Amino acid sequence: MAQPVGFFTDTTLCIGCKACEVACKEWNGLPDNPLVFRDSYDNTGQLDHANWRHVRFIEQTTTSPDKPIAWSMMSDVCKHCANASCLEVCPTNAIVRTEFDTVFIQQDVCNGCRDCISACPYGVIGFNSNTGTAQKCTFCYDRLQNNLKPACATACPTQSIKFGPLDEMRQVAATRVATLQAQGMTEARIYGDKEYGGLHAFFLLTDKPETYSLPSTESAVLPSRNNIPGYLGAAITAVVAAVAGLIAFRRRGETPSSPSPAGGGGQGGD
Amino acid sequence: MPGEHFVVAPGWAWYILLYFFFAGISGGAFVIGTMLRLFGSAADKAASRLAFIISFPLLLLCPVLLTLDLGQPLRFWHMLVDVKTGTPAFKAYSPISLGSWGLTIFGLFAFVMFLAAVGEGGYLRWRVLAGAGRVMSSAIGKAFMVIGAIFGFFVAAYTGVLLAVSNQPVWSDTWTLGGLFLASGLSGAAASIMLLSRSRREAEVTEGKLMEADRYFIILELLLIALFLITLGGALSKMGGGWILLWLVVLIGTLVPLILEWRPALLRQAPPALVPVLVLVGVLALRAVIIFSAQA
Repeated sequence: MAQPVGFFTDTTLCIGCKACEVACKEWNGLPDNPLVFRDSYDNTGQLDHANWRHVRFIEQTTTSPDKPIAWSMMSDVCKHCANASCLEVCPTNAIVRTEFDTVFIQQDVCNGCRDCISACPYGVIGFNSNTGTAQKCTFCYDRLQNNLKPACATACPTQSIKFGPLDEMRQVAATRVATLQAQGMTEARIYGDKEYGGLHAFFLLTDKPETYSLPSTESAVLPSRNNIPGYLGAAITAVVAAVAGLIAFRRRGETPSSPSPAGGGGQGGD
Repeated sequence: MPGEHFVVAPGWAWYILLYFFFAGISGGAFVIGTMLRLFGSAADKAASRLAFIISFPLLLLCPVLLTLDLGQPLRFWHMLVDVKTGTPAFKAYSPISLGSWGLTIFGLFAFVMFLAAVGEGGYLRWRVLAGAGRVMSSAIGKAFMVIGAIFGFFVAAYTGVLLAVSNQPVWSDTWTLGGLFLASGLSGAAASIMLLSRSRREAEVTEGKLMEADRYFIILELLLIALFLITLGGALSKMGGGWILLWLVVLIGTLVPLILEWRPALLRQAPPALVPVLVLVGVLALRAVIIFSAQA
Protein backbone atom coordinates (compact mmCIF):
# COMPACT_ATOMS: atom_id res chain seq x y z
CA MET A 1 0.00 0.00 0.00
CA ALA A 2 1.50 3.29 -1.13
CA GLN A 3 1.81 6.00 1.49
CA PRO A 4 2.00 9.80 1.14
CA VAL A 5 5.51 10.92 0.35
CA GLY A 6 7.28 14.24 0.80
CA PHE A 7 10.32 16.31 -0.06
CA PHE A 8 11.89 18.24 2.79
CA THR A 9 14.26 20.80 1.30
CA ASP A 10 16.58 22.32 3.89
CA THR A 11 17.85 25.57 2.35
CA THR A 12 20.58 25.91 4.99
CA LEU A 13 22.32 22.91 3.46
CA CYS A 14 22.00 23.91 -0.19
CA ILE A 15 25.34 24.86 -1.81
CA GLY A 16 23.88 25.72 -5.22
CA CYS A 17 25.62 22.90 -7.09
CA LYS A 18 22.52 22.22 -9.23
CA ALA A 19 23.05 18.45 -9.15
CA CYS A 20 19.30 18.20 -8.53
CA GLU A 21 18.55 20.14 -11.72
CA VAL A 22 20.88 17.96 -13.78
CA ALA A 23 19.60 14.69 -12.30
CA CYS A 24 16.01 15.77 -12.91
CA LYS A 25 16.70 16.68 -16.52
CA GLU A 26 18.59 13.46 -17.16
CA TRP A 27 16.01 11.14 -15.64
CA ASN A 28 13.00 12.86 -17.16
CA GLY A 29 14.60 13.55 -20.53
CA LEU A 30 14.04 17.30 -20.29
CA PRO A 31 15.74 19.55 -22.84
CA ASP A 32 18.75 21.62 -21.85
CA ASN A 33 18.48 25.36 -21.36
CA PRO A 34 19.75 27.88 -23.88
CA LEU A 35 22.83 29.70 -22.58
CA VAL A 36 21.64 32.93 -21.04
CA PHE A 37 23.68 35.20 -18.78
CA ARG A 38 21.43 36.58 -16.07
CA ASP A 39 23.91 38.53 -13.95
CA SER A 40 23.81 35.68 -11.45
CA TYR A 41 24.85 32.06 -11.05
CA ASP A 42 21.16 31.35 -11.51
CA ASN A 43 21.09 30.73 -15.24
CA THR A 44 17.98 28.54 -15.05
CA GLY A 45 15.68 31.44 -14.31
CA GLN A 46 12.45 29.77 -13.29
CA LEU A 47 10.50 26.56 -13.07
CA ASP A 48 8.73 25.71 -16.31
CA HIS A 49 7.96 22.83 -18.66
CA ALA A 50 11.67 22.05 -19.10
CA ASN A 51 12.90 22.88 -15.58
CA TRP A 52 11.25 20.88 -12.82
CA ARG A 53 13.94 21.76 -10.27
CA HIS A 54 15.31 25.28 -10.03
CA VAL A 55 18.07 26.34 -7.66
CA ARG A 56 17.34 29.90 -6.68
CA PHE A 57 20.29 32.16 -5.84
CA ILE A 58 18.97 34.90 -3.61
CA GLU A 59 21.39 37.77 -3.05
CA GLN A 60 20.81 40.00 -0.05
CA THR A 61 22.81 42.88 1.34
CA THR A 62 23.85 42.62 4.98
CA THR A 63 25.09 45.04 7.63
CA SER A 64 28.34 43.10 8.05
CA PRO A 65 31.30 45.09 6.60
CA ASP A 66 33.36 42.00 5.70
CA LYS A 67 30.39 40.13 4.16
CA PRO A 68 28.27 42.81 2.48
CA ILE A 69 26.41 40.25 0.35
CA ALA A 70 24.77 37.07 1.62
CA TRP A 71 23.51 34.31 -0.59
CA SER A 72 20.58 32.10 0.20
CA MET A 73 20.12 29.10 -2.05
CA MET A 74 17.01 27.05 -2.42
CA SER A 75 16.19 24.17 -4.71
CA ASP A 76 12.63 24.99 -5.75
CA VAL A 77 10.16 22.45 -7.10
CA CYS A 78 6.42 21.79 -7.49
CA LYS A 79 4.93 21.81 -4.01
CA HIS A 80 2.41 18.98 -4.67
CA CYS A 81 -0.10 20.87 -2.48
CA ALA A 82 -2.66 18.91 -0.47
CA ASN A 83 -5.25 21.41 -1.74
CA ALA A 84 -3.84 22.02 -5.20
CA SER A 85 -4.99 25.08 -7.16
CA CYS A 86 -4.06 23.47 -10.49
CA LEU A 87 -6.05 20.32 -9.76
CA GLU A 88 -8.99 22.42 -8.65
CA VAL A 89 -9.38 24.35 -11.91
CA CYS A 90 -8.32 21.68 -14.44
CA PRO A 91 -11.45 21.18 -16.59
CA THR A 92 -10.37 17.92 -18.25
CA ASN A 93 -9.38 15.99 -15.11
CA ALA A 94 -5.91 15.70 -16.63
CA ILE A 95 -4.45 16.68 -13.24
CA VAL A 96 -4.91 13.92 -10.70
CA ARG A 97 -3.69 12.91 -7.27
CA THR A 98 -1.61 9.74 -7.30
CA GLU A 99 -1.54 6.88 -4.82
CA PHE A 100 1.47 8.66 -3.24
CA ASP A 101 -0.70 11.76 -2.65
CA THR A 102 1.33 13.72 -5.21
CA VAL A 103 -0.09 15.84 -8.04
CA PHE A 104 0.39 14.50 -11.56
CA ILE A 105 -0.50 15.84 -15.02
CA GLN A 106 -1.65 13.07 -17.37
CA GLN A 107 -0.05 14.03 -20.66
CA ASP A 108 -2.50 11.99 -22.74
CA VAL A 109 -5.48 13.86 -21.24
CA CYS A 110 -4.22 17.47 -21.01
CA ASN A 111 -5.45 19.59 -23.93
CA GLY A 112 -3.27 22.61 -23.20
CA CYS A 113 -5.91 25.09 -22.01
CA ARG A 114 -3.36 26.48 -19.52
CA ASP A 115 -5.89 27.18 -16.76
CA CYS A 116 -3.58 25.33 -14.34
CA ILE A 117 -0.81 27.81 -15.17
CA SER A 118 -3.08 30.73 -14.31
CA ALA A 119 -4.04 29.01 -11.04
CA CYS A 120 -0.67 27.81 -9.71
CA PRO A 121 0.38 30.29 -6.99
CA TYR A 122 4.02 29.18 -7.23
CA GLY A 123 4.56 29.63 -10.98
CA VAL A 124 5.54 25.99 -11.25
CA ILE A 125 3.72 24.76 -14.35
CA GLY A 126 4.95 25.52 -17.86
CA PHE A 127 3.42 25.08 -21.29
CA ASN A 128 5.39 22.85 -23.67
CA SER A 129 4.70 24.11 -27.16
CA ASN A 130 6.12 20.91 -28.67
CA THR A 131 3.67 18.61 -26.91
CA GLY A 132 0.93 21.25 -26.58
CA THR A 133 0.46 20.33 -22.92
CA ALA A 134 1.17 21.67 -19.44
CA GLN A 135 4.13 20.07 -17.69
CA LYS A 136 5.73 20.09 -14.26
CA CYS A 137 7.53 17.89 -11.73
CA THR A 138 6.00 14.42 -11.54
CA PHE A 139 7.70 13.66 -8.18
CA CYS A 140 9.44 11.01 -10.33
CA TYR A 141 6.19 9.05 -10.36
CA ASP A 142 7.79 6.29 -12.42
CA ARG A 143 10.61 5.92 -9.89
CA LEU A 144 8.18 5.92 -6.95
CA GLN A 145 6.23 3.11 -8.59
CA ASN A 146 9.48 1.13 -8.66
CA ASN A 147 10.48 1.91 -5.06
CA LEU A 148 13.19 4.35 -6.10
CA LYS A 149 13.90 7.79 -4.64
CA PRO A 150 13.22 10.75 -6.92
CA ALA A 151 16.27 11.63 -9.02
CA CYS A 152 16.87 15.04 -7.40
CA ALA A 153 16.92 13.69 -3.85
CA THR A 154 19.19 10.85 -4.96
CA ALA A 155 21.70 13.23 -6.53
CA CYS A 156 21.74 15.93 -3.82
CA PRO A 157 25.28 15.71 -2.30
CA THR A 158 24.51 17.68 0.89
CA GLN A 159 21.16 16.08 1.68
CA SER A 160 19.51 19.47 1.35
CA ILE A 161 16.75 17.57 -0.47
CA LYS A 162 15.41 14.80 1.71
CA PHE A 163 12.79 12.34 0.58
CA GLY A 164 10.64 9.91 2.51
CA PRO A 165 7.21 9.24 3.96
CA LEU A 166 5.49 12.59 4.54
CA ASP A 167 4.99 12.17 8.30
CA GLU A 168 8.61 11.15 8.75
CA MET A 169 9.81 14.15 6.74
CA ARG A 170 7.74 16.52 8.87
CA GLN A 171 9.34 15.10 12.02
CA VAL A 172 12.81 15.46 10.53
CA ALA A 173 11.99 19.08 9.64
CA ALA A 174 10.67 19.90 13.10
CA THR A 175 13.80 18.48 14.73
CA ARG A 176 16.06 20.41 12.37
CA VAL A 177 14.26 23.71 13.03
CA ALA A 178 14.53 23.14 16.77
CA THR A 179 18.26 22.44 16.44
CA LEU A 180 18.90 25.56 14.36
CA GLN A 181 16.88 27.76 16.67
CA ALA A 182 18.77 26.36 19.68
CA GLN A 183 21.99 27.30 17.87
CA GLY A 184 20.78 30.90 17.58
CA MET A 185 19.29 30.86 14.07
CA THR A 186 15.99 32.20 15.31
CA GLU A 187 14.75 33.00 11.80
CA ALA A 188 14.65 29.30 10.89
CA ARG A 189 11.10 28.25 10.02
CA ILE A 190 9.16 25.68 8.05
CA TYR A 191 7.24 26.74 4.97
CA GLY A 192 4.60 24.30 3.86
CA ASP A 193 3.01 22.83 6.96
CA LYS A 194 -0.05 25.08 6.77
CA GLU A 195 -0.11 26.49 3.23
CA TYR A 196 -2.63 24.84 0.89
CA GLY A 197 -3.51 22.19 3.42
CA GLY A 198 0.16 21.23 3.75
CA LEU A 199 2.71 20.97 0.96
CA HIS A 200 4.25 17.66 -0.02
CA ALA A 201 7.39 19.57 -0.95
CA PHE A 202 8.10 21.84 2.00
CA PHE A 203 11.08 23.95 2.95
CA LEU A 204 13.21 25.09 5.84
CA LEU A 205 13.73 28.82 5.30
CA THR A 206 15.84 31.37 7.14
CA ASP A 207 13.90 34.40 6.03
CA LYS A 208 10.32 35.32 5.28
CA PRO A 209 8.70 33.34 2.40
CA GLU A 210 8.51 36.34 0.05
CA THR A 211 12.32 36.47 -0.01
CA TYR A 212 12.24 33.08 -1.73
CA SER A 213 9.38 34.13 -4.07
CA LEU A 214 6.88 32.14 -2.04
CA PRO A 215 3.53 33.66 -1.07
CA SER A 216 3.04 34.22 2.64
CA THR A 217 0.64 31.97 4.53
CA GLU A 218 -2.03 34.70 4.34
CA SER A 219 -1.57 35.05 0.58
CA ALA A 220 -1.63 31.31 -0.09
CA VAL A 221 -5.27 31.12 -1.19
CA LEU A 222 -7.15 28.89 -3.61
CA PRO A 223 -8.62 30.18 -6.90
CA SER A 224 -12.06 28.89 -5.92
CA ARG A 225 -12.30 31.64 -3.29
CA ASN A 226 -13.50 33.90 -6.14
CA ASN A 227 -16.23 31.59 -7.45
CA ILE A 228 -19.10 32.70 -5.22
CA PRO A 229 -18.24 36.44 -5.16
CA GLY A 230 -17.66 36.37 -8.93
CA TYR A 231 -20.95 34.67 -9.83
CA LEU A 232 -22.83 36.68 -7.22
CA GLY A 233 -21.52 39.94 -8.69
CA ALA A 234 -22.56 38.74 -12.15
CA ALA A 235 -26.02 37.69 -10.90
CA ILE A 236 -26.65 41.09 -9.30
CA THR A 237 -25.52 42.76 -12.53
CA ALA A 238 -27.89 40.50 -14.49
CA VAL A 239 -30.83 41.50 -12.28
CA VAL A 240 -30.01 45.21 -12.61
CA ALA A 241 -29.61 44.79 -16.39
CA ALA A 242 -32.98 43.02 -16.61
CA VAL A 243 -34.64 45.91 -14.75
CA ALA A 244 -32.86 48.35 -17.11
CA GLY A 245 -34.20 46.32 -20.06
CA LEU A 246 -37.71 46.42 -18.61
CA ILE A 247 -37.54 50.21 -18.29
CA ALA A 248 -35.99 50.75 -21.73
CA PHE A 249 -38.05 48.27 -23.74
CA ARG A 250 -41.42 48.64 -22.01
CA ARG A 251 -44.45 49.31 -24.16
CA ARG A 252 -45.39 52.96 -24.26
CA GLY A 253 -49.02 52.96 -25.31
CA GLU A 254 -48.17 50.72 -28.25
CA THR A 255 -49.74 47.49 -29.39
CA PRO A 256 -48.56 44.64 -27.17
CA SER A 257 -46.28 42.16 -28.89
CA SER A 258 -48.45 39.20 -27.98
CA PRO A 259 -50.60 37.51 -28.92
CA SER A 260 -48.87 37.75 -32.27
CA PRO A 261 -50.62 37.21 -35.57
CA ALA A 262 -50.03 33.66 -36.70
CA GLY A 263 -48.12 32.99 -39.83
CA GLY A 264 -44.94 34.78 -38.91
CA GLY A 265 -44.63 36.18 -42.36
CA GLY A 266 -41.74 38.43 -41.64
CA GLN A 267 -42.53 42.09 -41.91
CA GLY A 268 -46.17 41.23 -42.19
CA GLY A 269 -46.13 40.01 -38.64
CA ASP A 270 -44.90 43.31 -37.37
CA MET B 1 -5.43 37.81 1.82
CA PRO B 2 -4.49 38.01 -1.85
CA GLY B 3 -1.99 40.60 -2.96
CA GLU B 4 1.38 38.98 -3.54
CA HIS B 5 1.80 37.02 -6.73
CA PHE B 6 4.71 34.79 -7.71
CA VAL B 7 3.04 33.30 -10.74
CA VAL B 8 3.56 32.64 -14.41
CA ALA B 9 1.11 34.03 -16.97
CA PRO B 10 -0.96 31.47 -18.89
CA GLY B 11 -0.27 33.18 -22.21
CA TRP B 12 -3.91 33.79 -23.07
CA ALA B 13 -3.86 36.25 -25.94
CA TRP B 14 -5.74 37.13 -29.12
CA TYR B 15 -7.91 34.03 -29.48
CA ILE B 16 -9.10 34.43 -25.91
CA LEU B 17 -9.63 38.17 -26.34
CA LEU B 18 -11.81 37.59 -29.41
CA TYR B 19 -13.62 34.74 -27.69
CA PHE B 20 -14.48 36.94 -24.71
CA PHE B 21 -15.62 39.68 -27.11
CA PHE B 22 -17.90 37.46 -29.20
CA ALA B 23 -19.23 35.51 -26.20
CA GLY B 24 -20.23 38.78 -24.53
CA ILE B 25 -22.06 40.04 -27.59
CA SER B 26 -23.68 36.69 -28.41
CA GLY B 27 -24.99 36.16 -24.87
CA GLY B 28 -25.99 39.81 -24.61
CA ALA B 29 -27.83 39.75 -27.94
CA PHE B 30 -29.89 36.73 -26.87
CA VAL B 31 -30.79 38.48 -23.61
CA ILE B 32 -31.79 41.68 -25.43
CA GLY B 33 -33.80 39.71 -28.00
CA THR B 34 -35.68 38.02 -25.17
CA MET B 35 -36.28 41.26 -23.27
CA LEU B 36 -37.60 42.95 -26.42
CA ARG B 37 -40.08 40.06 -26.82
CA LEU B 38 -41.17 40.09 -23.20
CA PHE B 39 -41.31 43.81 -22.51
CA GLY B 40 -41.52 45.41 -25.97
CA SER B 41 -44.28 46.10 -28.45
CA ALA B 42 -45.16 44.49 -31.76
CA ALA B 43 -42.95 47.03 -33.49
CA ASP B 44 -39.92 45.70 -31.59
CA LYS B 45 -40.26 42.21 -32.99
CA ALA B 46 -38.00 42.93 -35.95
CA ALA B 47 -35.17 44.15 -33.69
CA SER B 48 -35.72 41.11 -31.47
CA ARG B 49 -35.38 38.83 -34.50
CA LEU B 50 -32.19 40.64 -35.46
CA ALA B 51 -30.82 40.03 -31.95
CA PHE B 52 -31.42 36.29 -32.23
CA ILE B 53 -29.99 36.24 -35.75
CA ILE B 54 -26.81 37.94 -34.49
CA SER B 55 -26.46 35.74 -31.42
CA PHE B 56 -26.00 32.34 -33.03
CA PRO B 57 -23.36 33.07 -35.72
CA LEU B 58 -21.26 34.96 -33.18
CA LEU B 59 -21.58 32.06 -30.77
CA LEU B 60 -20.36 29.70 -33.50
CA LEU B 61 -17.06 31.60 -33.55
CA CYS B 62 -16.52 30.91 -29.84
CA PRO B 63 -15.67 27.18 -29.88
CA VAL B 64 -13.51 27.75 -32.96
CA LEU B 65 -11.46 30.40 -31.16
CA LEU B 66 -11.26 28.35 -27.97
CA THR B 67 -10.13 25.27 -29.88
CA LEU B 68 -7.48 27.22 -31.78
CA ASP B 69 -6.12 28.46 -28.45
CA LEU B 70 -5.62 24.95 -27.08
CA GLY B 71 -2.18 23.37 -27.17
CA GLN B 72 -3.86 20.18 -28.40
CA PRO B 73 -6.83 21.41 -30.48
CA LEU B 74 -7.99 17.88 -31.38
CA ARG B 75 -8.57 17.24 -27.68
CA PHE B 76 -11.20 20.00 -27.40
CA TRP B 77 -13.76 17.37 -26.46
CA HIS B 78 -11.79 16.54 -23.29
CA MET B 79 -13.56 19.60 -21.84
CA LEU B 80 -16.83 17.66 -21.89
CA VAL B 81 -15.81 14.01 -21.57
CA ASP B 82 -13.49 12.46 -19.00
CA VAL B 83 -11.41 10.33 -21.34
CA LYS B 84 -10.30 7.95 -18.61
CA THR B 85 -13.80 7.04 -17.43
CA GLY B 86 -15.96 7.96 -20.43
CA THR B 87 -18.24 9.96 -18.13
CA PRO B 88 -19.06 13.67 -18.47
CA ALA B 89 -16.20 15.90 -17.28
CA PHE B 90 -17.98 18.40 -15.08
CA LYS B 91 -16.52 20.47 -12.26
CA ALA B 92 -18.88 23.10 -10.89
CA TYR B 93 -16.02 25.02 -9.26
CA SER B 94 -13.92 25.14 -12.45
CA PRO B 95 -15.26 28.03 -14.59
CA ILE B 96 -13.76 26.57 -17.77
CA SER B 97 -15.60 23.30 -17.13
CA LEU B 98 -18.83 25.08 -16.25
CA GLY B 99 -18.36 27.40 -19.23
CA SER B 100 -17.84 24.50 -21.64
CA TRP B 101 -21.21 23.07 -20.64
CA GLY B 102 -22.80 26.52 -20.54
CA LEU B 103 -21.62 27.28 -24.08
CA THR B 104 -22.88 23.93 -25.35
CA ILE B 105 -26.32 24.31 -23.80
CA PHE B 106 -26.59 27.98 -24.79
CA GLY B 107 -25.63 26.93 -28.31
CA LEU B 108 -28.77 24.80 -28.51
CA PHE B 109 -30.98 27.71 -27.41
CA ALA B 110 -29.22 30.16 -29.73
CA PHE B 111 -29.55 27.73 -32.67
CA VAL B 112 -33.28 27.13 -32.13
CA MET B 113 -33.98 30.84 -31.70
CA PHE B 114 -31.89 31.62 -34.79
CA LEU B 115 -34.04 29.22 -36.83
CA ALA B 116 -37.23 30.58 -35.29
CA ALA B 117 -36.20 34.17 -36.04
CA VAL B 118 -35.29 33.27 -39.62
CA GLY B 119 -38.66 31.52 -39.93
CA GLU B 120 -40.67 34.35 -38.42
CA GLY B 121 -38.84 36.92 -40.49
CA GLY B 122 -39.58 34.97 -43.65
CA TYR B 123 -35.91 35.05 -44.67
CA LEU B 124 -36.15 31.39 -45.65
CA ARG B 125 -39.61 30.22 -46.65
CA TRP B 126 -39.39 26.69 -45.30
CA ARG B 127 -42.51 25.27 -43.70
CA VAL B 128 -40.59 23.94 -40.67
CA LEU B 129 -39.04 27.35 -40.03
CA ALA B 130 -42.39 29.09 -40.36
CA GLY B 131 -43.74 26.75 -37.67
CA ALA B 132 -40.76 27.51 -35.45
CA GLY B 133 -41.35 31.21 -36.02
CA ARG B 134 -44.95 30.92 -34.82
CA VAL B 135 -43.78 29.21 -31.64
CA MET B 136 -41.72 32.33 -30.78
CA SER B 137 -44.82 34.24 -29.75
CA SER B 138 -46.39 31.42 -27.77
CA ALA B 139 -46.05 30.94 -24.01
CA ILE B 140 -43.80 27.93 -24.62
CA GLY B 141 -41.65 30.01 -26.93
CA LYS B 142 -41.30 32.75 -24.34
CA ALA B 143 -40.45 30.26 -21.59
CA PHE B 144 -37.82 28.80 -23.92
CA MET B 145 -36.39 32.27 -24.52
CA VAL B 146 -36.25 33.05 -20.78
CA ILE B 147 -34.33 29.84 -20.04
CA GLY B 148 -32.04 30.58 -22.98
CA ALA B 149 -31.53 34.13 -21.69
CA ILE B 150 -30.35 32.78 -18.34
CA PHE B 151 -27.67 30.86 -20.24
CA GLY B 152 -27.05 34.00 -22.32
CA PHE B 153 -26.38 35.97 -19.14
CA PHE B 154 -24.06 33.18 -18.03
CA VAL B 155 -22.07 33.02 -21.28
CA ALA B 156 -21.59 36.79 -21.29
CA ALA B 157 -20.52 36.86 -17.63
CA TYR B 158 -18.62 33.67 -16.83
CA THR B 159 -15.54 34.69 -18.81
CA GLY B 160 -14.89 37.34 -16.16
CA VAL B 161 -15.32 34.81 -13.36
CA LEU B 162 -12.96 32.49 -15.24
CA LEU B 163 -10.21 35.11 -14.99
CA ALA B 164 -10.97 35.79 -11.33
CA VAL B 165 -10.78 32.10 -10.39
CA SER B 166 -7.00 32.02 -10.71
CA ASN B 167 -4.02 33.31 -8.79
CA GLN B 168 -2.99 35.89 -11.37
CA PRO B 169 -2.49 39.53 -10.40
CA VAL B 170 -5.40 41.84 -11.28
CA TRP B 171 -7.76 38.99 -12.24
CA SER B 172 -7.80 37.26 -8.87
CA ASP B 173 -7.68 40.48 -6.86
CA THR B 174 -11.25 41.48 -7.69
CA TRP B 175 -14.73 39.95 -7.70
CA THR B 176 -16.10 42.43 -10.25
CA LEU B 177 -15.03 40.92 -13.58
CA GLY B 178 -18.09 38.71 -14.13
CA GLY B 179 -20.50 41.61 -13.73
CA LEU B 180 -18.23 43.97 -15.66
CA PHE B 181 -17.98 41.67 -18.68
CA LEU B 182 -21.74 41.13 -18.57
CA ALA B 183 -22.58 44.85 -18.54
CA SER B 184 -20.04 45.49 -21.28
CA GLY B 185 -21.31 42.52 -23.33
CA LEU B 186 -24.90 43.79 -23.10
CA SER B 187 -23.77 47.23 -24.23
CA GLY B 188 -21.85 45.67 -27.14
CA ALA B 189 -24.90 43.59 -28.08
CA ALA B 190 -27.18 46.65 -28.06
CA ALA B 191 -24.63 48.44 -30.26
CA SER B 192 -24.43 45.49 -32.68
CA ILE B 193 -28.22 45.38 -33.05
CA MET B 194 -28.30 49.16 -33.59
CA LEU B 195 -25.59 48.89 -36.23
CA LEU B 196 -27.33 46.13 -38.16
CA SER B 197 -30.83 47.58 -37.75
CA ARG B 198 -29.75 50.52 -39.91
CA SER B 199 -30.03 48.30 -42.97
CA ARG B 200 -33.48 47.01 -41.93
CA ARG B 201 -36.10 49.72 -41.76
CA GLU B 202 -38.58 47.61 -39.78
CA ALA B 203 -36.00 47.18 -37.01
CA GLU B 204 -34.97 50.81 -36.98
CA VAL B 205 -38.07 51.81 -35.00
CA THR B 206 -36.55 50.16 -31.92
CA GLU B 207 -33.35 52.20 -32.11
CA GLY B 208 -34.50 54.70 -29.49
CA LYS B 209 -35.23 51.93 -27.01
CA LEU B 210 -31.92 50.24 -27.75
CA MET B 211 -30.11 53.51 -27.15
CA GLU B 212 -31.92 53.98 -23.85
CA ALA B 213 -30.98 50.44 -22.81
CA ASP B 214 -27.41 51.00 -23.93
CA ARG B 215 -27.23 54.11 -21.74
CA TYR B 216 -28.21 52.04 -18.71
CA PHE B 217 -25.76 49.27 -19.62
CA ILE B 218 -22.94 51.82 -20.05
CA ILE B 219 -23.72 53.42 -16.67
CA LEU B 220 -23.67 49.96 -15.10
CA GLU B 221 -20.38 49.24 -16.86
CA LEU B 222 -18.82 52.51 -15.64
CA LEU B 223 -19.91 51.76 -12.07
CA LEU B 224 -18.34 48.31 -12.31
CA ILE B 225 -15.13 49.74 -13.81
CA ALA B 226 -14.91 52.03 -10.77
CA LEU B 227 -15.51 49.09 -8.43
CA PHE B 228 -12.95 47.02 -10.37
CA LEU B 229 -10.26 49.68 -9.94
CA ILE B 230 -11.13 50.22 -6.27
CA THR B 231 -10.96 46.52 -5.44
CA LEU B 232 -7.60 45.97 -7.15
CA GLY B 233 -5.58 47.35 -4.24
CA GLY B 234 -1.86 46.93 -4.87
CA ALA B 235 -2.47 45.33 -8.26
CA LEU B 236 -3.69 48.71 -9.53
CA SER B 237 -0.05 49.44 -10.43
CA LYS B 238 -0.33 46.82 -13.22
CA MET B 239 -2.78 49.20 -14.94
CA GLY B 240 -0.25 52.01 -15.23
CA GLY B 241 2.20 52.87 -18.00
CA GLY B 242 1.13 52.21 -21.56
CA TRP B 243 -2.09 50.54 -20.46
CA ILE B 244 -3.49 53.98 -19.65
CA LEU B 245 -3.82 54.52 -23.41
CA LEU B 246 -6.04 51.45 -23.69
CA TRP B 247 -8.07 52.69 -20.73
CA LEU B 248 -8.53 55.95 -22.62
CA VAL B 249 -10.01 53.94 -25.50
CA VAL B 250 -12.35 52.26 -23.00
CA LEU B 251 -13.42 55.65 -21.68
CA ILE B 252 -13.97 57.01 -25.19
CA GLY B 253 -15.98 53.88 -25.99
CA THR B 254 -18.24 54.45 -23.01
CA LEU B 255 -18.42 58.17 -22.22
CA VAL B 256 -18.74 59.50 -25.80
CA PRO B 257 -21.63 57.13 -26.70
CA LEU B 258 -23.26 57.88 -23.34
CA ILE B 259 -23.15 61.64 -23.96
CA LEU B 260 -24.35 61.30 -27.57
CA GLU B 261 -27.19 58.96 -26.60
CA TRP B 262 -28.27 61.42 -23.93
CA ARG B 263 -28.14 64.49 -26.19
CA PRO B 264 -30.17 63.93 -29.38
CA ALA B 265 -29.04 67.31 -30.73
CA LEU B 266 -25.41 66.19 -30.63
CA LEU B 267 -26.30 62.72 -31.89
CA ARG B 268 -27.94 64.11 -35.04
CA GLN B 269 -24.68 65.85 -35.96
CA ALA B 270 -22.59 62.70 -35.52
CA PRO B 271 -22.11 60.05 -38.23
CA PRO B 272 -24.90 57.44 -37.87
CA ALA B 273 -22.62 54.52 -37.06
CA LEU B 274 -20.42 56.45 -34.61
CA VAL B 275 -22.14 55.41 -31.40
CA PRO B 276 -22.29 51.64 -32.03
CA VAL B 277 -18.78 51.53 -33.47
CA LEU B 278 -17.34 53.41 -30.48
CA VAL B 279 -19.19 51.10 -28.08
CA LEU B 280 -17.84 47.99 -29.81
CA VAL B 281 -14.28 49.36 -29.82
CA GLY B 282 -14.68 50.11 -26.11
CA VAL B 283 -15.96 46.60 -25.37
CA LEU B 284 -12.93 45.09 -27.12
CA ALA B 285 -10.49 47.50 -25.45
CA LEU B 286 -11.87 46.73 -21.99
CA ARG B 287 -11.26 43.02 -22.42
CA ALA B 288 -7.86 43.66 -24.00
CA VAL B 289 -6.58 45.83 -21.16
CA ILE B 290 -7.75 43.36 -18.51
CA ILE B 291 -6.40 40.27 -20.31
CA PHE B 292 -3.05 41.69 -21.39
CA SER B 293 -2.09 44.00 -18.51
CA ALA B 294 -2.31 41.20 -15.94
CA GLN B 295 0.00 38.99 -18.00
CA ALA B 296 2.57 41.67 -18.88
